Amino acid sequence: MRQSQTVLRIRGVTKRFGPLVANDDVSLELRRGEMLALLGENGAGKTTLMHILFGHYRADEGEVEVMGRPLPPGSPRAALDAGVGMVHQHFTLAANMTVLENVTVGTRPLFSARLRQGAARRRLADLSARFGLHVDPDARVRDLSVGQRQRVEILKALYRDTRILILDEPTAVLTPQEGEQLFATLRLLVNRGLAVILITHKLREVMAASDRCVVLRHGRVVLRTATHETDADTLARAMVGGEVPRVGRRPGEPGAEVLALDGAVLCDDGGRTLLDGLNLTLRAGEILGIAGVSGNGQAALADMVSGLLRPQAGELRVHGRAVAAPSPAGMLALGVGRVPEDRIGTGLVGDLSVMENLVLEIYRQRPWSRWGLLDFSAMRRGARELIARFDVRCQGPGAPARQLSGGNMQKLILARVLSGNPSVILANQPTWGLDVGAATFVHKALMEASRAGAGVLLISEDLDEIFQVADRIQVMHRGRLSAPVRPDEADAAAIGLAMSGHGDARSEAARAS
Amino acid sequence: MGVLELLLETGFWVATVRMATPLLFGTLGELICERAGVLNLGIEGIMAAGCMGGWCWVYLGGSLWGAVGFAAAVGAALGLVHALLTVRLGLSQHVTGLGITMLASALSSFAFRMLLPKATTPPKITPFAAMDIPGLGSIPFLGPVLFGQTPLTLLALAALAVTAWVLYRTPAGLALRMAGENPMAVESQGLSVHAIRTAAVMAGSALMAVGGAFLTLAAFDAYYIGMVNGRGWICIALVVFASWRPGKALLGALLFAAFDAVQMRVQQQAGLAIPYQVYLMMPYVFSIVALVVMSRRAAYPAALLVPFRKGER
Amino acid sequence: MRLEPRQEPSLALTVLAPVLAVGAALALCSLLIWWAGAPPGRALGLLLKGALGSTFALTETLTRATPLIFTGLAAAVAFRARLWNIGAEGQLYAGAVMATWLGTGMLDLPAWLMIPTLFLAGALAGGLLLLGPTLLKTRLAVDEVVTTLLLNFVVVLAVNWLVFGPWKDPMAMGWPQAAPVVDAAVLAPLVAKTRLHWGFVIALACAAGAWALMRFTTWGLEIRAVGLSERASRFAGIPVGRAVLRTALLSGGLAGMAGVSELAGLKGYLTLDLSPGFGYSGIVVAMLAGLHPLGVVAAALFVAVVSIGADSMSRALEISNYIADVATALSLLAVLVSMLAPRWRIRWR
Repeated sequence: MRQSQTVLRIRGVTKRFGPLVANDDVSLELRRGEMLALLGENGAGKTTLMHILFGHYRADEGEVEVMGRPLPPGSPRAALDAGVGMVHQHFTLAANMTVLENVTVGTRPLFSARLRQGAARRRLADLSARFGLHVDPDARVRDLSVGQRQRVEILKALYRDTRILILDEPTAVLTPQEGEQLFATLRLLVNRGLAVILITHKLREVMAASDRCVVLRHGRVVLRTATHETDADTLARAMVGGEVPRVGRRPGEPGAEVLALDGAVLCDDGGRTLLDGLNLTLRAGEILGIAGVSGNGQAALADMVSGLLRPQAGELRVHGRAVAAPSPAGMLALGVGRVPEDRIGTGLVGDLSVMENLVLEIYRQRPWSRWGLLDFSAMRRGARELIARFDVRCQGPGAPARQLSGGNMQKLILARVLSGNPSVILANQPTWGLDVGAATFVHKALMEASRAGAGVLLISEDLDEIFQVADRIQVMHRGRLSAPVRPDEADAAAIGLAMSGHGDARSEAARAS
Repeated sequence: MGVLELLLETGFWVATVRMATPLLFGTLGELICERAGVLNLGIEGIMAAGCMGGWCWVYLGGSLWGAVGFAAAVGAALGLVHALLTVRLGLSQHVTGLGITMLASALSSFAFRMLLPKATTPPKITPFAAMDIPGLGSIPFLGPVLFGQTPLTLLALAALAVTAWVLYRTPAGLALRMAGENPMAVESQGLSVHAIRTAAVMAGSALMAVGGAFLTLAAFDAYYIGMVNGRGWICIALVVFASWRPGKALLGALLFAAFDAVQMRVQQQAGLAIPYQVYLMMPYVFSIVALVVMSRRAAYPAALLVPFRKGER
Repeated sequence: MRLEPRQEPSLALTVLAPVLAVGAALALCSLLIWWAGAPPGRALGLLLKGALGSTFALTETLTRATPLIFTGLAAAVAFRARLWNIGAEGQLYAGAVMATWLGTGMLDLPAWLMIPTLFLAGALAGGLLLLGPTLLKTRLAVDEVVTTLLLNFVVVLAVNWLVFGPWKDPMAMGWPQAAPVVDAAVLAPLVAKTRLHWGFVIALACAAGAWALMRFTTWGLEIRAVGLSERASRFAGIPVGRAVLRTALLSGGLAGMAGVSELAGLKGYLTLDLSPGFGYSGIVVAMLAGLHPLGVVAAALFVAVVSIGADSMSRALEISNYIADVATALSLLAVLVSMLAPRWRIRWR
């Protein structure tokens, strides 16, 4: 391995948010031409550290040095000028503007009289060619695929002569194949002398691509090692601080069909096809996992099962009966419980109290209300019970839901959904952004419900989660589903191919038999 | 006289362009604010303040152009207040804007009454005269329609050209448009969304105030309370009608003013067959209709009304 | 300078901040009074005396507060549902027009039937006037702020036409006003020999009713939920469209009742100076009250004190009474800023 000069040095950085210590005396070094993996669970302080490096936050203590010079804190501009570039997990692109505009904004003095788009276009074309990042400079960002958008983000950084490139969970939105392509590009960049920090919790990628690893837990560095001297298990234990909890799966006993889609077609306002003749059958007592890269129609599928959208062609059946005009209230009445993707925005009303959120789907029924009058004592009693049963950590039934942590918000939603004893459960990305403890709780709750006879439709981008929990797996690509497979007869490579639209999800062996 | 003949008449177009001028200023100003992501409902009050400020400057012995500058400064100051509250502090753009309108209108009326405690008829000033440019003025049709106006009309057209050029041809304009589409895209490139939005709101508010000043410095020769009379709200509708594009803003302002000029002529000829209040209602009704017609195609700046707080996503 | 969220909202600040804000606004007004050449201290004294200093002053203040309670409630209820109804001024006149139409001879009812009828009819007129922009909002996504604002001008012009044209009272010596309402429609005075009328009591009842509705009923829960998060409400199966339309009828109705109350309690006939902008002041009242129906009563009293007090102070000191409008507008902006205080702290760096 080439050892060369240190380009980034973080020394003793501490950052507090009130009583919470997000970063506790964190130090790390990054050398020219290396890829450093920064690992940690959600809430371990990875993102906070990068926000400090990038000037979005100021550290309470400690300092950052780039190329041997101290970086003035709290200034994104200074970080950019020093050659630090960042590709955020949620892209920071303006969808209604062109690639060229997104790349060049802020790269010329604000008060110069000319935009010089010609020179910019040439420079962008040159960079695209040099690093194999092909994208049409005049395309509007909203017309690009997720992978292409990520390329624009990387080009944005390269356009500014970035020396240190930080990528936050870059493969979360990519197919495995796109991910491989990304790592090929990153290799190329590293070989040209860039230094790369990769923020991730996917151990496979870390082992395959990085040179060194730093593991954060509760804001502190708990492990610092060269990648070739460690293994995935060690890293996982360091991240979680002990053994990784496992949820035992049991063989499914599929019952009658509870939810089905027959040739469902849906187009958006712009005429783009979201669901392209989708077929799906969910049976009682099973967990059906829908894998796939986001943006392939999962949102449309979830909205349809939630009752927010109706298919433009095809049929939606619940318990064998066609639903002509689905609505959220109608689906609830049919026994469909829904765990939405966006907890804070869709699942809960943050400024209403915990108990009001718990009755939000049933407040018109007795005993929660009578003659249009709410019965607060019944609501409070019911809420206390559910808070205890689902271990929701909050100040009480009257506390605003927005004060809850992410994991407790999800428990609150689960409490609302499961207390209605639904026969169909839609769970869309139910563990996204949760720590291992909360994620395990969610998985256990879903499995318990399926054991009790509910059919669970689990939509997730996290393949590990799907393999862990689902009885059958289908892959969603461009509004269609691949043929279902059992987890034990599928392999990750075949699923990955199906995610990018090639072949079905069954492994070679299963297909041969 | 038919409408067709009316449209061929030079005098009609002179009137149209004159009436379009304050609307063009106001619409451009609002457009700049909204393109940066800030709805400015202070427009009605800011126009009133410009109206009163400009008149006041001349009444107290200042020059006409000084009055335009003073009105712009008053507008920019009020814009700064709006920006501090909505951009810096992230308060509701709706309520803050209405508050600015109330404050600016009340301050204008208060100042007017304090300057002229006893006056029963509003005192007059000598407003801008129509330009008399040798050569240009004698071009048929265009001469009187464009160059027979007061210089403020040419200033409005210049403001239009500058706005369009800055928005689409300069780095600052690119940053401004992007601040209205996705503030994070701007902030992550090392620019300050707060600074860009504040500057945009101040510049836009200055234009609105000059539009108000046109009323006292060019259209009429005196100030009276309630003079803006909903023109600011009409400008807000015109911005939607113009799909947030400067060129279409000119088109909208002209269309609107032409409509106004037509109804005034018809009113003169038809006399009292239809109550005059019906004619006066027309601009407001037409604004509502324009909003409804455009609603299907309205492509609002994606981040309009969304406050941006640093370190929060 | 930047804002950081507080872990726990500070209760003391929640109560104290608006009071401090109003104080700051009044301090700014003192500067204006001083600029106008009057001693601010004396001005404040005269203001308080003019609004609260005698039984008569007090009844005048309560009389002024009456329409402000109605329009404040109209704004508070609508804003709770994120329905930006800026059209209370027009709705007020719509209510008054309806009451004039029914109350000047069209109906012949005893007072105990007549007055409720007029209030209900006025509320219906106001509610229906807001229903249009609301339907445009829910069906076509047309911004209701601009449509309701523009409708104010249309309605006022329509009233202008009525009082100068078909409804002009020949007995009014040429003044542009409609015929007075019949005796059965007049709201009796609450205190003898003052202008304070039963409309004030009705306004208080409406405030209590609105509070109970928002707090204790399923409709109130729907309105609150829709206003706080439309997406989450829709997802939970709340009939969002119906809740918003219901809010519109309620809000427009309350504003319409302001018109009936002013017509039947104070003026007696329809004129163009029925409301000196009560619809717009209602927005200030609602915001000062933090959109709380009971807070609206207190906020309306505050605005009434400022405006009645400023009237008498301005006469004594020869200061324009527009100082009252300046004070209320400044209070609105100051209270808006102060509402950040309980939830955010300022870090100076």
